[in-house]
Amino acid sequence: MTDTNLPVEPDGHGETDVVPTSGFATRQGMWSAGSGDTSGYGGINRTLEMPGSSQPPFGDPFDAIHARALEVLPSLQGARVLFHAGELTIFVDRAELKSVVAQFRDDAFLRFEVCLSVSGVHYPEQTGAELHAVYDLISYTHNRRVRLEATCPESDPHIPSIVATYPMADWHEREAWDMFGIIFDGHPALTRILMPDDWAGHPQRKDYPLGGVDIEYKGAWVPSPDNRRTYS
Amino acid sequence: MTGTHAATEDIFASPGEVRADRVYLAQGGDWAEIAGEQAERGDETVVVNMGPQHPSTHGVLRLILEMDGETVTSIRPGIGFLHTGIEKNMEYRTWTQGVTFCTRMDYVAPLFNEAAYCLGIEKLLGITDDIPERASIIRVLVMELNRIASHLIAIGTGGMEIGALTVMTIGFREREMILDFLEGLTGLRMNHAFIRPGGVANDLPEGGLEHLRTVIGWLKKHLPEYSALCDANPIFKLRLESVAKMDLTGCMMFGITGPPLRATGFDWDLRKKQPYCGYETYDFKSITWDTNDAYGRFRIRQDEMWESLKIVEQCLERLERTQGEPVMVADAKIAWPAQLSLGSDGQGNSNEHIKHIMGESMEALIHHFKIVTEGFKVPVGQVYQAIESPKGELGVHLVSDGGTRPYRAHFRDPGFNALQAVPLMCEGGMMSDVVVAVASLDPVLGGVDR
Repeated sequence: MTDTNLPVEPDGHGETDVVPTSGFATRQGMWSAGSGDTSGYGGINRTLEMPGSSQPPFGDPFDAIHARALEVLPSLQGARVLFHAGELTIFVDRAELKSVVAQFRDDAFLRFEVCLSVSGVHYPEQTGAELHAVYDLISYTHNRRVRLEATCPESDPHIPSIVATYPMADWHEREAWDMFGIIFDGHPALTRILMPDDWAGHPQRKDYPLGGVDIEYKGAWVPSPDNRRTYS
Repeated sequence: MTGTHAATEDIFASPGEVRADRVYLAQGGDWAEIAGEQAERGDETVVVNMGPQHPSTHGVLRLILEMDGETVTSIRPGIGFLHTGIEKNMEYRTWTQGVTFCTRMDYVAPLFNEAAYCLGIEKLLGITDDIPERASIIRVLVMELNRIASHLIAIGTGGMEIGALTVMTIGFREREMILDFLEGLTGLRMNHAFIRPGGVANDLPEGGLEHLRTVIGWLKKHLPEYSALCDANPIFKLRLESVAKMDLTGCMMFGITGPPLRATGFDWDLRKKQPYCGYETYDFKSITWDTNDAYGRFRIRQDEMWESLKIVEQCLERLERTQGEPVMVADAKIAWPAQLSLGSDGQGNSNEHIKHIMGESMEALIHHFKIVTEGFKVPVGQVYQAIESPKGELGVHLVSDGGTRPYRAHFRDPGFNALQAVPLMCEGGMMSDVVVAVASLDPVLGGVDR
């Protein structure tokens, strides 16, 4: 493989990214669009926000993790933090991600040895931060967990690879590339892993259709799953 | 020259890329032709494409090996052949319907998929502490029975692949006893969709405890056969000892959990370290071994079956004590409205419930209809929930947008990580040890590919 085949550095590097706000989507009315809502609630507008407290105290041991992370990583000052359902999420600017994960693994107090999972999430309404990579870390030494989250815009879908620090993230990043189209810069071989090599598109993005056909049952037609009414 | 299996012209090189002098194709060809061509080349390197339909790869796993004689010089796993879009599909079904999808991932240990997913939903709902005791007991019971069944498959198929066919036949015999019990309880041998958000689908059937006693009796009688057949068997030991070595450093590097991690002597079992479903109240040991090899992983699985059986017996005791208690959360806005019962045509809704909604209460009928078709709403948020499956840490990352369907459901299957370690365990070893290495990791491709 030559250098031209390797993922290029993103254009947006060094510039300030959009800091993800807590609101990630809006919902209108009670039913899905176009479903003929006669309930009288059609005018309701809601902004969906990730819940949780963003200021300490988070309780033991998360206060200690948070304080230590800020101490060894001054770049995390001002980073968004969410504590919800007994889990701590730290939002990391993608430009800082590599140095952050290196400290999270190497610092004796943090010592998160293993990145268990890299999960992509697509928030199409969160302009400038549509794609998220969610890293769930575990510390065997201290028996605790933490979550890091990095974002990138759809127009510049680059996030630095953490494989140099966490080799086990190799296939997970390939899956997030395959399913969401996030390009992990510096990954040793960022190829598709679940879909065929020549597949077009990234299936788990929200704008990628599920597909399916309408089914006839006793004379009536049951619409395909992605065309059924939603109640969200 | 272009044969059916190899081409001297690099057809995969993109413009500007350095061309390889020889590339290999996957479609195979006439064996005599391949052998003759290799003899002419004289470097003795053969590329073998093992799978995706090979019986020893535990499903549709493809292994691409570069061989120097009998020695593996390079091995690369290829996955994705069983990708069915389960995670994407779940985004289009209610939270409860999602159980029927995720149970089909790791189909050898379906109840663990369901349990991880449901515990994740309950964390999002904030009802973890409201799950009735009897529901948790039944969850632990079915999970531990399923762990035994899964380990029997791991040991049985692993044995079959090295020629110990009896281990496979008796393994499936014992597993069938467990599946019979699970069928009596859930209606299905596999893919149960039995553990539901808020509890379990139904209580034990009539005579369920009696059935469970016969299963325990059967297992107690027959589990010793595995150690009698294998533990000191010189052929078995020669094939497994010091084969597929992976030490603690290797396990950490690839995020390996479960029996391969515990075979390095590192005591890590989530049931002990981060208990869920009340595991902290059960008496059992976490098993470790210190040989780093396939034999150690085999012994761990064997001992874990005994520990699971111990837990099953404790469940039996607790189930006797809690007879008649609810198995679904009390909150009617979450709980599945109907209990199932055995009808003349197999499983069905209980007659009591049908009578109530069809003949007595219009409100109950509306409620049933709403919960079943629309589902319940889960507050906005994201969680990661992990449990100890027979293969290691099974994690689920759930995101909710406050609706009746998951916004995102991601499963971290232990086999997905384990397969990354195949090159580490196999390169430099013999080809015959590749199947031992893969079997000792016990990946199930339904879970790996999802």
